[in-house]
Amino acid sequence: MTAVSISSLEVHRGEAHVIHDVSFEVPEKGVTALLGRNGVGKTTTLLAIMGLLPATGSILVGGKEFVGMPTHRIAQTGVGYVPEDREVFSTLTVGENLRLAERSGVKPRYDLVFDLFPDLRGRTGQDAGTLSGGQQQMLSIGRALLNPASLLLIDEPTKGLAPRVVEDVVEALVKATADATVVLVEQNLWVAAQLAQKAVVLDQGMVVFAGDMETLANDPDLAGKHLGVEVR
Amino acid sequence: MSSFVLFTISGLGLAGLYFLLASGLSLIFGLMSVLNLAHGAFFAAGGYAAWFVMDSFDGVSPGLRFVIAVIAASLVGAAAGALVERGLIRKLYGRHTEQILLTIGLGTAAVALMGGWFTYDPRLLEQPRWFVDTTEIAGANIPNNRLLILAVAIVLFIALMTFLTRTKHGLIIRAGVENPSMVRALGIDVARSFTIVFALGGLLAGIGGALGAVFFNGISPALGTTQLIFAFIVVVIGGLGSIPGTALASVLVALTQVYVNNYGASGMGSISVVILLAAVLLIRPQGLLGRVQP
Amino acid sequence: MRRRVIWAIVIALLAVAPFIPIGVPGLFTGPIQSPGTLQVLAVGLVFAGLAMSYDVIFGYTGLLSFGHALPFALGVYGTNLLMDPIGLNYPLAVPVAVVGVVVVSGILGSVALRTTGVAFAMVTLAFAEAFSLLVLTDPLRFLGGEEGLTLASDQVPDIFRGVLNLKYIYWLALLFALIVLVVASRVVSSRAGRVFEAIRENEARVEMLGLHPFQFKLASFLISSGLAGLGGAVYLLVVRGANVGTTTAEFTLSILVMVVLGGAGKLWGAAIGGFIYGILTLRLSAVATSEAIEGLPNWLSGPLSEPLFFLGVLFVLLMLFAPGGISSILSRARPVRSA
Repeated sequence: MTAVSISSLEVHRGEAHVIHDVSFEVPEKGVTALLGRNGVGKTTTLLAIMGLLPATGSILVGGKEFVGMPTHRIAQTGVGYVPEDREVFSTLTVGENLRLAERSGVKPRYDLVFDLFPDLRGRTGQDAGTLSGGQQQMLSIGRALLNPASLLLIDEPTKGLAPRVVEDVVEALVKATADATVVLVEQNLWVAAQLAQKAVVLDQGMVVFAGDMETLANDPDLAGKHLGVEVR
Repeated sequence: MSSFVLFTISGLGLAGLYFLLASGLSLIFGLMSVLNLAHGAFFAAGGYAAWFVMDSFDGVSPGLRFVIAVIAASLVGAAAGALVERGLIRKLYGRHTEQILLTIGLGTAAVALMGGWFTYDPRLLEQPRWFVDTTEIAGANIPNNRLLILAVAIVLFIALMTFLTRTKHGLIIRAGVENPSMVRALGIDVARSFTIVFALGGLLAGIGGALGAVFFNGISPALGTTQLIFAFIVVVIGGLGSIPGTALASVLVALTQVYVNNYGASGMGSISVVILLAAVLLIRPQGLLGRVQP
Repeated sequence: MRRRVIWAIVIALLAVAPFIPIGVPGLFTGPIQSPGTLQVLAVGLVFAGLAMSYDVIFGYTGLLSFGHALPFALGVYGTNLLMDPIGLNYPLAVPVAVVGVVVVSGILGSVALRTTGVAFAMVTLAFAEAFSLLVLTDPLRFLGGEEGLTLASDQVPDIFRGVLNLKYIYWLALLFALIVLVVASRVVSSRAGRVFEAIRENEARVEMLGLHPFQFKLASFLISSGLAGLGGAVYLLVVRGANVGTTTAEFTLSILVMVVLGGAGKLWGAAIGGFIYGILTLRLSAVATSEAIEGLPNWLSGPLSEPLFFLGVLFVLLMLFAPGGISSILSRARPVRSA
C-alpha cells in the first residue's frame, strides 16, 4: 500500500527553483528516509507537503490531493509535523504548546507523549524557550504525536543535539514510529539507518536513489556518491 | 503633595486610554504584521457611539445610560474592526505595505466621514453627576471619572491577559504572534484569529473612545488619530506584540507626559515622550519587553 | 529614447507655462499664465519634487518613513528663521537651511534606523510629531504657533516678490523639481542606488555580501531629507510663509499618497503623483462646495464636502485595484515594446 505518492513536484523558494520534477512514493507503515547533501531540497519537500510553500505537481496522501490545500486542512487530515529547528512556541509553556496541538473531537494522547518523554511531564508549567535543545526537540515531537497521525513528517530530529541526547531521541523515535507512516529527513546516516526501512535520495532537486535503506547503508560507494559521507 | 497625587492618578487614567488603544494595535501587528493606522478611527467611532447614546436616550438615568454607552462603543468598535479585516485587509493578504497604506486611506476617509457628519467641533458627552464629583485620596480631590477610567482599564487589562493565557483563542493568538506558520501546521486556521484580533482591537479602542470622550471632555473626529501617535510610541517602547510591555509603557509614557507638562514647561510633555522613545531605542531597540526578532 | 523626448516636451511645456494665455476650463479658474493658476502649478511642482525625494527612501530603499514632513517643514521654517531674526538673505539662507536639515536628519536617522520595518515607521512618525507639537505649542515664542510665520520678505530678492513676479517663483519651483529629478535619478542609477534596491528586496542578503545596510539606509535617508528640505525652502516662497500644516502627520501621509498615487519606485510616477495631488487637493475643495453636492441630503453631503474623504476612499480603491499607482496603469496600457 502506498501512503504518499508524489509526482512531478516543482517547488520554488523566492527566486530559487529548488525542486525539479520530483516523483517518489512512501509505503504505508514504516519510516522512509529522505536523504541528500545540504541544500538539495529535503526540507523544501516537507514544507511543500505541509502546504507551507506553494508547489505544482501532485502530492497524494491517503487519496487526497495536498497541492493547493491550505496548511491547516492538511494538518487536520492527520499529518503531524516536526519542523527543522523544532519551532516550539518559546513564550508559551510546555503545557500550552501541547494544548495548542489538541484538536476538537480527537482524544489527546498525553499519556503516550509523557511515557515517551518523561522529562516533559514535570515541566508543563515551564516556558518552552527556557528548555534545553534536546527537551525542545522532545516537545516538538510530542506535539506532533499528541493526535493519532496518519502521516508524520520529521525534519532533522537530531540536528544540533549532543550525542547522548541523540541516542535518547532516537530511542523514543523508534518506539513512536513503530506503527506509523513516517517521512524522515536526516543528515546523520547512522540515525537514518536506525529508524528507516526505505530511503529516497535527492540530489540537485532530483531523485537519484529510491530503494531499501539497507541497500544504501551497506554500500559505501553508493552512499558516498550521493550523500558525500563516509559510512561508519 | 496633593497636586502630585492628582497628577499621578490623572496620568494613570491617561495610561489606561493609551493601553486600550495600544494593546489592540500591538496584537494586530504582532499576529498579522499589519500596522493599523485606522485604529484611531475605531477610537473616535466608539466615542461618537457613546455620545449618541448619552444624547438620545433621555429617559434613562445617566448612570445606566453611560453603561449602555460604553457597551455600544465596544460593539461599534468591534464591528468596525471585524468589517475592516474581513472586507478589506483580507483582500491584501500577505502584502504588508499595501495593507498599511490601505489603513491610512481608510483612517483618512473615516475621520473625514465623521467630520462631515458631526463637524470638527468637539461633541460634549453628558456625564452622570457622580463622575464630576471628587473623592479625597491622600489629601487630593480626585474627580471620580479619573478613578473610573483607571479602574476600567485595569479590569480590561486583567481580562485581556486572562483571555490570552487561559483560552484556546488566546493561546492561538500568542503562538501566532511568534510563529503563524507553525500554528497552521498544527491544524489551526490562523486567519480566523485575524478577524478575532481585529474585532478585539476594535472593541478595546471603542471602549477607549467612550472613556476618552469623558477624559478629554468631548469627542472630535481627529481625537483618535492624535492619541494613535502616542499609542505608537507606547507600542514601540513596550515591545511589539507584548501586552505586559504595552501596559508598562502606557504608564511610563502617560506619567512622563503629565509630570513634564505640570512640573516642567507646559506643552513639553509630548516632546519629552519622544525623547523617551529615542532613549529606549538607543538602549533597547526591541523595546522594554519585546523579543529580539530572530 | 522615446521617454527622453516625452520628458523634453513636458519640461519645455512647463517652462513656457507663464506665457500660455489659454486656460483649462474646469481645472483652473484663469488662463495658465495668470498668477492664480501659476501658483497652483508651482505648488504642484514643489509636491512633484517632494514626492520624488520621498520615493528615494520609500520606493527605492523600501523604508517606510512616516516622518517625511519633518525635513520639508524644517526647510520651510529653517529658511524663514535664518532670514528673520538671524538676518541672512534668501540665497544664503537656503543652503544653510538645507545643511541644517541634513545634520538634524543625520542625528534622527541614526536613532530611527536602529529599528526596522513598522517600528521605523512609528519612530519617524513620532519624531515628526514632536516637531509639529513644538511648533504648535511654541514654548519659546518664535515658531508662530498655530498662525504660522509670514515670509521674511525683506531678505528675499526683488524678483521673487509681488504677484506680478509670480512667474519667477514658478520657475524656481520648476527648477527645484528638475534638480530633484536629476539628483534622484543619478542616485538611484548609481552603484549605491542598486544597493538601496537590494536592501528593499532582501536586507539580509546585502549584509551577507559584506556591505553595511545601515550606512546605505542612512545615506538614502539623508539624500531624501536634504532634497525635501530644499523643497521646503522653495515652498516658503510659493505660499509666502510657514504654516504648521506642513509639519503634521497628515502632511506626511499626503506625501505618501502622492508617491503611491503615482507609483512607488518610479521617479516619473512619483512626480506625476505629486503634481496631480498638488492640483487635486486645491480642486477637490472646489468640488466639495459645488451646488450638486449641496443639494444632497445631509448625511451624504457632509462627508462628500470633505476633500479628505474622497482622497481616503481613492487611496483604499487604489490599494485594492491598482497598488502600483498611476504609473502601473499607464505602463499596463502601453505596448510592451517600450519597456
